[in-house]
Parts: sequence; structure tokens; C-alpha cells
Amino acid sequence: MRKYIVPDTIAISDSGFLFMPSTGETFNLNKIGKEIFQMLQKGGTEEEVFKYILDEYDIDKSSFEKDFSDFVAQLQKYTLIKEE
Amino acid sequence: MKIAVTGLNATDNPGPGVPVIRCLKEAKDLNAEIIGLFYDSLDPGIYMENITSACYMIPYPSGGLNELYDRIRAIHEREKIDIIIPTLDSELYGFVKLEGKLNSLGIKTFLPTVEQLNIRAKDVLFRFCESNGIKAPKNILANSLQDLYSIPKEFNYPVVVKGIFYDAHIANNFEEVKNAFNKVRMKWGFPIIIQEFLRGDEFNVAALGNGTGEMTGAVAMRKLYITDKGKGWAGITIDDNRFLELSRIVIEKTKWRSGIELEFIKSAETGEYYLLEINPRFPAWTYLAPVAGQNLPYAMIRLTLGEDVKPFSGYKIGTIFVRSSWDLISDIKTFEKITTFGEIEWRK
Repeated sequence: MRKYIVPDTIAISDSGFLFMPSTGETFNLNKIGKEIFQMLQKGGTEEEVFKYILDEYDIDKSSFEKDFSDFVAQLQKYTLIKEE
Repeated sequence: MKIAVTGLNATDNPGPGVPVIRCLKEAKDLNAEIIGLFYDSLDPGIYMENITSACYMIPYPSGGLNELYDRIRAIHEREKIDIIIPTLDSELYGFVKLEGKLNSLGIKTFLPTVEQLNIRAKDVLFRFCESNGIKAPKNILANSLQDLYSIPKEFNYPVVVKGIFYDAHIANNFEEVKNAFNKVRMKWGFPIIIQEFLRGDEFNVAALGNGTGEMTGAVAMRKLYITDKGKGWAGITIDDNRFLELSRIVIEKTKWRSGIELEFIKSAETGEYYLLEINPRFPAWTYLAPVAGQNLPYAMIRLTLGEDVKPFSGYKIGTIFVRSSWDLISDIKTFEKITTFGEIEWRK
């Protein structure tokens, strides 16, 4: 059950606009990206994210596994999250 | 009070004069009239509304300090200037040398010493950084084409070819280095600085040293948009204490007395912070500082007047500047006054 740490300083707005104060970088997340990021920010586990997305949206588990893995890799690349 | 400010060349390679003036005008406690001092009759700052009360052409310091002093004295007889803020790198040595004579006229300044200017000069910066535990890109100084032949032993391409005051070109091979070397030599003379090229994001700090080693204020900014001349055309204030700590070390070690800009790069490969340049004056993006909460030019005016200025603490993160290009319309009579008489008065 993987968990991720989101730096305290990162701020995300209701529109999914993400600002990293230490570097001045900004990012835009779509609705689902924002929901996932906010869950991770609140300490949600990978399992909890999967459960929420598969319940809420019409997507099969294997497709979401791939999408989630890509998304997490992007977030890690930009140091927006790191694995606990 | 009357404050004279130079560097009205608000062009695509902008001087800091206009933004420094905007900062002073932003200071509610400051009741000052601004006198613009310019070198070129097409400096855009001359033509801007509500920036200066009057503008006067002055000769370049390189044309002789006596001529510069005589001109300032003549302007002073008319305007009774209280403070002069020179804002351009290339004029600073001249103004520092004239400081005593200007003070005798009753014109105050807040400038670094020649020794302080020399410490941060582009040709000795590496040594300064090395002895103070600050990382800086390796460089060699070239005083002839012959010196260029030592490049391949020292660095990998690309390298940066820089002039002593301004100008920087990225060169990908020896032929490009020679071309850049000749361009820079023709414009700025020797030495030419050949510097290791680092990939990474660029960050700048605008700061103020009070002359005792204390940093009165500092605002760090990340360049969001960089022009082909390497100038930041948009930027955002950031929260990274490492930049402020490094700036504090520089100001403490040099006992810096004036505005200052520190240019950093955060290596994309190692994540380490490198100091690229120290510019001995406020940057052209200085106006971001008061909007973020630190009016550094106004604080410098207060220091010039001998006031006790408490160091700023913090600033608003996420404050953005976007520079714009804006046509100013004038008429032939105005242009005539500026070009023929070297002065223009905007007072109503």
C-alpha cells in the first residue's frame, strides 16, 4: 500500500492550479488530477485513490493503473510528491 | 527633496533607472521630485509621463570625469539635487571616484567603494566565491586569441563568452568561441571571460546592503521568460532561503553598501546553486520588490539620509512581473529640446 508525501509548501487552488513557492513553478491539473493530488496531499494511500476513482468514474482497473502510474511519475519528476 | 537617477534606457536591455524611480514614487513617506539623467536622447524614460520632473543629458564617465562633474554641477546649480542614484554598471566607477566632490556640493550618494566593486567584477568573481564557500562556474580570462587555445583542456562545450561589463554569447565549438570573442572584444575590450556553461533554471536576487555587512532586504525571483538577450521579461517571487543565505554571505563578506543584484543558476544535473554574477546596482526588475513588500530603493534613500533602517523580514511569494513593450508618442519640439539642449522640463 504505497503512500506519497506532498511538500507542505505546495498550494493547489480549486481550479487545479498548482504553485511551488520554492521554485516559482506553476502547473495546471485537470479535475481528476486535482482530486487525486488533493487525496495524496491529505495522506490518502494509493489503494484509497484507486477505490475512489474506480467507484466514481467509468474506467477499468488496468487502464487506471497505467494512467495513475504515468501521473505519479510526472508528479515525482517535478518533485511535487515523493514516495513515503 | 530632489533625487537624480540615471539609467533611463528602458529598452529591450533595460537600465534600472525607470523601475528605481517607480519604487521611489511608490513610497508614501517620501516627498521627492525626480530628476532624470540620461546619456542618449532616445532613452525611453525621458519620454514617460509622471516619471521625472525634468531630464538632463550627461556625458559618459568614460569621456572624462571632469566633464561629468562639471555637467552635474551645472545641473545642481539649477535643480539643487539632494541625492544621486547611478544605476548602470558602466558608470559606477566614475561616480564612485566623484563621490567626494559630489558630497562637497551637498549631493549625497550611497555607493560601494572601488574595492567592493573590484571584488565582484566578472573577472575575479570565481576567486571570491571559492574563498567564501559559494559555488560559481569555472572560467578563464582571455586577453588574446592565443588564450582561447586553453579552453578545450578546461571545459566541455558549450561555453559562455562574456564581456567585462555586459554581453554574453553561448558558443558550441571553437569557431563560435572565436566569433563571440571578437564581437565582445570590439564592444567591451579585454579581458573576455570564457565560462563553463551550466544548464538549469535562473534565479535572481535584488538586495540592499547597508555598508556594515548587514543585508537590509532581499527579494528572490525566478525568471519565467527570458529574451534572446538573456534578460528576464517575466518573473515570480519565490520562497527559497538558500538564495537569501548566499546573498547574505556576499553582502556580509563585501560589506556591500548599495543596491545589488545576484544572479544564480540551479544546476539541472546536481541541484546545486551557482552564483553567476554580482551586479553592483539594483536590477531592472526592482519594481517587483516594493510590490512584494520590500521597497529597497526607498530603504536606500533612508540609509543615504543617515536614518536607521531595520532589515525587512519576508516578502509576498508568488508576486509576478511581466515586462511590456509600449510605444511612447512625442513631438518634434520635445525631441528638439532633448537633442539640441540636452534637457527637458516636465513640470507644469
